[in-house]
Amino acid sequence: MVNDNNNNLIICENLTKKYNEHIVVDNFNLTVKRGEIFGLLGPNGAGKSTIILMILGLTEPTSGSVFVGGYNSTKEPLKVKRITGYLPEKVGFYDDMTARGNLEYTAELNNIPYSEIPKKIDEVLEIVDLLKYKNSLVKTFSKGMKQRLGIADVLIKDPQLIIFDELTEGLDVRVANQILQTILDLNKQKNITFLLSSHQLNLIQKICTRVGILSKGKLIGEGSIDSLGREMFGGGKFSIEVELEKIPDGLIDKLKKLDKVVNVFRNENQIRVVCDKDIRQDISKLIASEGILLTRMDIKRDALEEIYLKYFKEE
Amino acid sequence: MRSVLTVFRKELSDHFCSNKFLVLLALIYVSGLSSTYVALTNIREAASSLDKHVFLYLFTTGGDVLPSFITFINFFIPIIGIIFGFDAINSERNSGNLSRILSQPIYRDSLINGKFLAGIATLFIIISSIVIIISGIGLVAIGVPPTSEEILRLFFFVFICVIYGGFWMGLSMLFSVIMEKPTASILTSISIWIFLMFFLPIIANAIASAIVPLDGASTADQIRNYSIETAISRISPATLFSEAIVVLLVPTGGNIFINAVGYLQSYELLQSGKMLLSPLSLGQSLIQVWPQLVVIIALAIVCFAASYIIFMRQEIRAT
Repeated sequence: MVNDNNNNLIICENLTKKYNEHIVVDNFNLTVKRGEIFGLLGPNGAGKSTIILMILGLTEPTSGSVFVGGYNSTKEPLKVKRITGYLPEKVGFYDDMTARGNLEYTAELNNIPYSEIPKKIDEVLEIVDLLKYKNSLVKTFSKGMKQRLGIADVLIKDPQLIIFDELTEGLDVRVANQILQTILDLNKQKNITFLLSSHQLNLIQKICTRVGILSKGKLIGEGSIDSLGREMFGGGKFSIEVELEKIPDGLIDKLKKLDKVVNVFRNENQIRVVCDKDIRQDISKLIASEGILLTRMDIKRDALEEIYLKYFKEE
Repeated sequence: MRSVLTVFRKELSDHFCSNKFLVLLALIYVSGLSSTYVALTNIREAASSLDKHVFLYLFTTGGDVLPSFITFINFFIPIIGIIFGFDAINSERNSGNLSRILSQPIYRDSLINGKFLAGIATLFIIISSIVIIISGIGLVAIGVPPTSEEILRLFFFVFICVIYGGFWMGLSMLFSVIMEKPTASILTSISIWIFLMFFLPIIANAIASAIVPLDGASTADQIRNYSIETAISRISPATLFSEAIVVLLVPTGGNIFINAVGYLQSYELLQSGKMLLSPLSLGQSLIQVWPQLVVIIALAIVCFAASYIIFMRQEIRAT
């Protein structure tokens, strides 16, 4: 069976992986379209790395199947690996070799003709801004430089898909942002599809067009961050929590009539207003005009954080 | 196929640029050259005027202070094999290179095959170079050119050395697949080597003497004792290897050491001068060591195959 849908680059169908009787990935379904930057989010041990290894054909699924670019990862791993670049979580290079030496090795393993290799190396090192360290030994590189070299390493095979496992782990924010910018540029200029796994959602949400949230091997939420947030907050972008001394009849209805309000929920003395805009001023004006004492008001705008807290607190 | 070649070339250049290669090469060269010096000073006494195989005495003659070249080789080949194999896989894994390399479009076995072949090639280069150097020095010093048979014998000798080194490399590679830490895999390999090389002969001797005590034993019992001891010590590939190279490089009488009946019966006759030894032809020597050779080759294959299979089935985790 070959899924030759040109628009879908990755198709995971009922993917399951068990180690002995321990289920690591449980009936995982996912489709990633060409040109997307997909973020696979989840705490450590949720099964992200295992899914990635199955996509690459480095681990066999217990059941289910994965297709990348129409090739079955289990049966044709070489074809999948030819179009897929993968940067593992704890990537390493041969420390006693230069950046160029390491890239030459990768290029040769990818069957790139010898005559094209030097040009290709300069090209990818230029992209990650390491060209002037071309002949330096990798052991002199910082962690951020090694990650950039890792990006160069996957770019050398001209991949259609790049998978980064915990790319920004252990990097300071400035370096991480540089790397994320590089990903965005590559996505736009070369139309490379990205699959990023991370547990640092605040970094990932900046660039992902779509995310999937993974918990205990199951995909528990999937979609754009906006739509996931709406789902989370009950349809709006923001969630404003108001705590009052008492709640008179009719206040709920008046709140519902405010501009941009999507829904209002009540729980004893607390009211949660779901809305598409920050309307804290309007709410406080309304409450003041009712003559009620306002004890607390909170706004939650980081939907993903909420989702994350909700799902991962449950563990 | 190109991927095996790529791995092979990279590993080969790694070996040649590594310090351990230089140290091992220096060790082999120093021991080889010093044993050649000793051989040259003693060769006149050792080689009887009747023996045609003067050239081989360069490799088999030792002195009071230093042993012969084949004794050194017997000792160093396992070390070279172990050192070239002990961190083949686990250091790649620990450094984070393994999953990166295996995510390239290559079959997983290309990596282990390329590494094994590169190790074998390095071993071959080390051994053949020292044999050629000793031959060169010998040629100038003793002035007797080797016969074609002697050249063939040396060729087989190098071949057996490489296979035997391949066995130790396969064994230490197996531990590098199974064990996470290179220190653990090298220690395990070395302890196995020490056991097989030094303790097994002692144990074999003790067992043989326990079963058939030698005090006042008849000739038949002496033969039984010797047979038991050889049988047990032949568990060790080190014993098989030393038997094989002695028979190959000592055409005159080398073979009687590996045959219990022949050894004991001919000893007295030889001592008393009633029996004269004549050299074996190359074909006969090869027939004598054929079992040893086959076992060493089989052991090398088994070790490599085991590491190959375990590596192919292993989960590739990033951590």
